[in-house]
Amino acid sequence: MPDLMLKGKVIKLGDNISTDDIIPGRFAHLRSNLPELAKHVLEDAVSGFASKVRSGDFLVAGKNFGLGSSREHAPVVIKMSGVGAILAKSAARIFFRNAINQGLPVLLCDTDKIGDGDELEIDLTAGMIANLTSGITLACNKMPPIMSAILKEGGLIPYIQKHKDFKL
Amino acid sequence: MGKTLAEKILSLKSHGEAQAGDVVIADVDLAFIQDTTGPLTIRQFKKSGFEALADPQRTVIFLDHAAPSFAQQLSNDHILLRRFAEEKGCCIYEVGDGICHQLIAEKFANPGDIIVGADSHTVTGGALGAFATGMGSSDVAVALALGKTWFRVPESFLIELNGVFHRGVDAKDLILYLIGQIGADGATYKALEFGGDALAQITMSQRLTIANMAVEAGAKVGLFPADKITQGFLTEYGRGGNYKQLYPDAEVNYERVIPVRLDQLEPMLSLPHAVDNVRPVAQVKGVKIQQAFIGTCTNGRLEDLAVATEILKGKERHPGTRLLIAPASRQVLIRAIEKGHIQSLIEAGATILPPGCAACLGLHQGVLGDGEVCLSTANRNFKGRMGNPEAMVYLSSPATAAASAIRGEITDPREFT
Repeated sequence: MPDLMLKGKVIKLGDNISTDDIIPGRFAHLRSNLPELAKHVLEDAVSGFASKVRSGDFLVAGKNFGLGSSREHAPVVIKMSGVGAILAKSAARIFFRNAINQGLPVLLCDTDKIGDGDELEIDLTAGMIANLTSGITLACNKMPPIMSAILKEGGLIPYIQKHKDFKL
Repeated sequence: MGKTLAEKILSLKSHGEAQAGDVVIADVDLAFIQDTTGPLTIRQFKKSGFEALADPQRTVIFLDHAAPSFAQQLSNDHILLRRFAEEKGCCIYEVGDGICHQLIAEKFANPGDIIVGADSHTVTGGALGAFATGMGSSDVAVALALGKTWFRVPESFLIELNGVFHRGVDAKDLILYLIGQIGADGATYKALEFGGDALAQITMSQRLTIANMAVEAGAKVGLFPADKITQGFLTEYGRGGNYKQLYPDAEVNYERVIPVRLDQLEPMLSLPHAVDNVRPVAQVKGVKIQQAFIGTCTNGRLEDLAVATEILKGKERHPGTRLLIAPASRQVLIRAIEKGHIQSLIEAGATILPPGCAACLGLHQGVLGDGEVCLSTANRNFKGRMGNPEAMVYLSSPATAAASAIRGEITDPREFT
């Protein structure tokens, strides 16, 4: 089970961060070598991202995070980089499902109220985000119970290992 | 209230009453993977502890994205996929057979089916009235094993098409226009359902182009009703017996209704670096292009090659513009050879690439250089999409790409028709 209380610093991104921004198609030959692939995470969107990011950091984006390809390698390399959760105004459907399936929380909220470098404390159970820098508290959208259950188990594979089937 | 197409299919396949907003567990008729998402799917499948596929005959592997492979790592991924197919007894389509979505249309998709693929353009199958949607490797791995998956039943937008296309205007212009109207996230989690009087004139090739890009507005599916055109296509491909008529009910609660008059459309483009950055070609004319690329699951079909041939026959590509053409499948290539299109295109200076995804995703067969501009008939133009974040990708119809290849700059195809 993943930690239900998360604390970390914000790396702020813009709108429409595509899966090609997260992990460009030109590195498809590295997809069976995840540690090598992960070195290129977000490199076209934030120069030097892989060396900048610290364990527990939060990616805080605008609208439509993760649009594009179905490549699950996108949330995989974000998680490998140490990112604790993604916060966005909205997320593309496939990416959202893939991230939850990898046990990487994606929280939908009004991210305009969060600045680059802010420190956040996130209560995943309550769906509440406390901005320790600004003092503002934000609520995030609830996900369907089946997604919460998958996230709680740490992703789809551990969920299926445990339940052997989907439980509504 | 009656049911949308999405609600009808999900009701049938979940053996209950599925309404927009519900979460259901539905039977999967076909699950597939390709060579860039398949290896992770297989690893997730094994990690889950599964041994057997729910139905090997309804499980398909496609080697299309890096086909033929240009790197030893991808060649090894291909070996992994071939071994899995052999071990589990599932279908595999080899290098040169074509793009997964085209082969799904030619050989597998039926009205009312649920198809899940580890590829976002799985939505293409909606052209045949199949609830076809892209998922990640973990979801597809579980669908391969259980023969089912969970869905949130989407709300539907009705795209009501009326009128006929003017000469030089095609399905690609329509879907680019629509994405410009809806926005890249305007239909996130929704179903786009196509209706209106114009459907009787819209061919299966055009429907596949339109459904293919539903995901570029964020949609989960792009669904066409199954009608006489669907029946004709299925019959042509030897599975007329799988046809069943499928329409939405008459009284349906659509979240949005978007009317489009086809005769008011003109040739359209997506400008770098967003698919919803849409303008009429007439406003962007004259931008120099170093590469034109005609192909992909969006526009690599016989009708697309015929349109390009009509414009390029007896002419030559501009000396400063490479012209790359990749038929969507082996069958498309054979038919294009039989009809003489390939000869005409080669005489016009085209480079014919093997059936497959080719230059679309920036891996090989047409990676762009710094500062280069490509006019592509594909479905995505994100920064870095064609292998170089310093390059620019515009999206258009095959007619616009062909006309532009002759002039070496973005050109309105109506100047050639």
